Amino acid sequence: MRSGDFRTSYEADMAVFDTALARWLLAGFVAALLLFPLIGTSFWLDVSSRVGIAVIAALGLNILTGFTGQISLGNAAFLAVGAYTTAWLAGKGVPFIIAMYVSGLVSALVGMVFGIPSLRLKGLYLAIATLAAHFIVAFTVVHWEAVTGGVNGISIPPAQIGSFTFDSDQRLYYVILAAAIFHLWFAKNLFRTRMGKAFIAVRDHDISAEVMGVDVFRHKLYAFGVSSFFVGVAGSLLAYQAKIISPENFPLSVAIDQLGMIIIGGLGSVLGSIFGAVFITLLPEVLRIVTGALAGQLPQLVQLFAALKLGVFGLTIVLFLIFEPDGMAARWHRIKAYWKLYPFSY
Amino acid sequence: MEFLLQLALNGVVVGSIYALVALGFVIIYKSSGVLNFAQGEFLLLGAYVFWALVEGHAPWPYAVALTILFSILLGLAMERLILRPMIGEPIISVIMVTLGLSSILRAIVLGAWGSDTRPYPALFASEPIQIGPLPISRGYLFSMFTAALLLALFTLFFRYSRVGIAMRATAFSQEVAQSMGISVRRIFAVSWSIAAVVSALGGILLGELRGGVDGSLAILGLKTLPVVILGGLDSIAGAIVGGLIVGVLENLAGGYLDPVMGGGVKEVAPFAALVLILMFKPYGLFGKVKIERV
Repeated sequence: MRSGDFRTSYEADMAVFDTALARWLLAGFVAALLLFPLIGTSFWLDVSSRVGIAVIAALGLNILTGFTGQISLGNAAFLAVGAYTTAWLAGKGVPFIIAMYVSGLVSALVGMVFGIPSLRLKGLYLAIATLAAHFIVAFTVVHWEAVTGGVNGISIPPAQIGSFTFDSDQRLYYVILAAAIFHLWFAKNLFRTRMGKAFIAVRDHDISAEVMGVDVFRHKLYAFGVSSFFVGVAGSLLAYQAKIISPENFPLSVAIDQLGMIIIGGLGSVLGSIFGAVFITLLPEVLRIVTGALAGQLPQLVQLFAALKLGVFGLTIVLFLIFEPDGMAARWHRIKAYWKLYPFSY
Repeated sequence: MEFLLQLALNGVVVGSIYALVALGFVIIYKSSGVLNFAQGEFLLLGAYVFWALVEGHAPWPYAVALTILFSILLGLAMERLILRPMIGEPIISVIMVTLGLSSILRAIVLGAWGSDTRPYPALFASEPIQIGPLPISRGYLFSMFTAALLLALFTLFFRYSRVGIAMRATAFSQEVAQSMGISVRRIFAVSWSIAAVVSALGGILLGELRGGVDGSLAILGLKTLPVVILGGLDSIAGAIVGGLIVGVLENLAGGYLDPVMGGGVKEVAPFAALVLILMFKPYGLFGKVKIERV
């Protein structure tokens, strides 16, 4: 158990795990996730697969918005680019891992193109530019029928490595879990490198960053690239999980949901991306269970479900912004700090 | 030629309503630096409240008056409950709070009135009036004149009325305005009310044009973004000019390109224009240019 700060070297300060206990707890948590398909029903397997995909996507958005300070409303579009690239490649028989990473790269490229306006724009203007990106990509998806299948959508064959097919919910769950863990590890380490620190410098003060020798424009573009890469990978996994995708999978509300995830989880926090993705993905499911349980007493609740879902989502975001603007990650650190010296906190 | 004129005329009519809604955006942005992504939901809510009042057998002038009253209260409540705690927070928080707000307002509309289209009463005779070679429906004409009248009224309001001048002073510098005895908070509240009112009126006019309201009206809040960017985020004249240009542009693009590209051009054309404007002239036609190279 940790009971204070006893770090004596820079290496210890930079370590990802500050105590052996933290490492063991994480190992235990991962083991629990690995064993989950043995007891989970197919409904909860589906939900947790969606959580895994949401974690990767939220992480991508957090790299751009939370760590680099560039607001993006175009995430649904980048997700769509990843998903449709995978659909097209998988239809051509490209193996799973290659399809996933090529989707990430294509998405990164599209993201960097729409990141070019960030040379001149920031804040509100950039948010509007990425919103325009969303509408332009959505238009392309509907009209480029040769590749996307238009409004009817396109189906994706199951993922394959060699002759092994990931065709059941369990197998897909393990793929998504592995991808989520890998990308979390990648992101956690990204911010210990020069590039990651340059991102944070750009967020904190762009002019100071420039003065310190960070090429601001280049790093903004890199941030768009890395972020869209993550989102593209998430889109690819989404395509494999959904098995059939159409423009209806990528409305603007997806982008708003993901912004909600990083706001509620915590801007500029890898841990926060996980919290937020879990919270926002589970929220409608929990709400569905609650309304289902109350349907006996209040039958009109079932008709109101769509409105209720929307309203609770909006209310959660507003309440978090007013009362806990730093998100769940900040609360988590505060709880940890409280117990660190308990009961003698002074 | 006639086709072109007809499209341009439709564009001017729709554009004048865009200008009205864009005015709401600009007023809030100018006074408090907030971009209100819930503008479309203000419009939606206003249109539904008007429908509900007319459905409850209120004569339509009273219904309009009551809708205005409702919108004023809505704007005041939003400013007091949600936006005031956000003063001084980073832009992303302010954007997200208005997005959250838009979810809540849409949920209220969905919960109260469902998702079916609600028909508006036809206030005008259906046979069109001939202007030169062009037939134009009475509803269109009425909408255009109402929007033009309201825009003129607001222009006068900002130029000559005490509150309007106070609002311009606040937009110029909040500290100076405060030290001259202007209550900046009250100005924020007034600007949210005005934004809610102009959106609701825009919603009623649009409902009248389309013959009914449904949830898709809310998208108009986002469609006005190209308008305010083109005109310049902080310019009232820009909102009016931008509204007309975007209205004409999208109707022309829709009319000429839809048959070639297979539909939907009307929706995306303003956004394609938006990206170009942002790249080459980010502060729009009349916006205040802030040069900053980073």
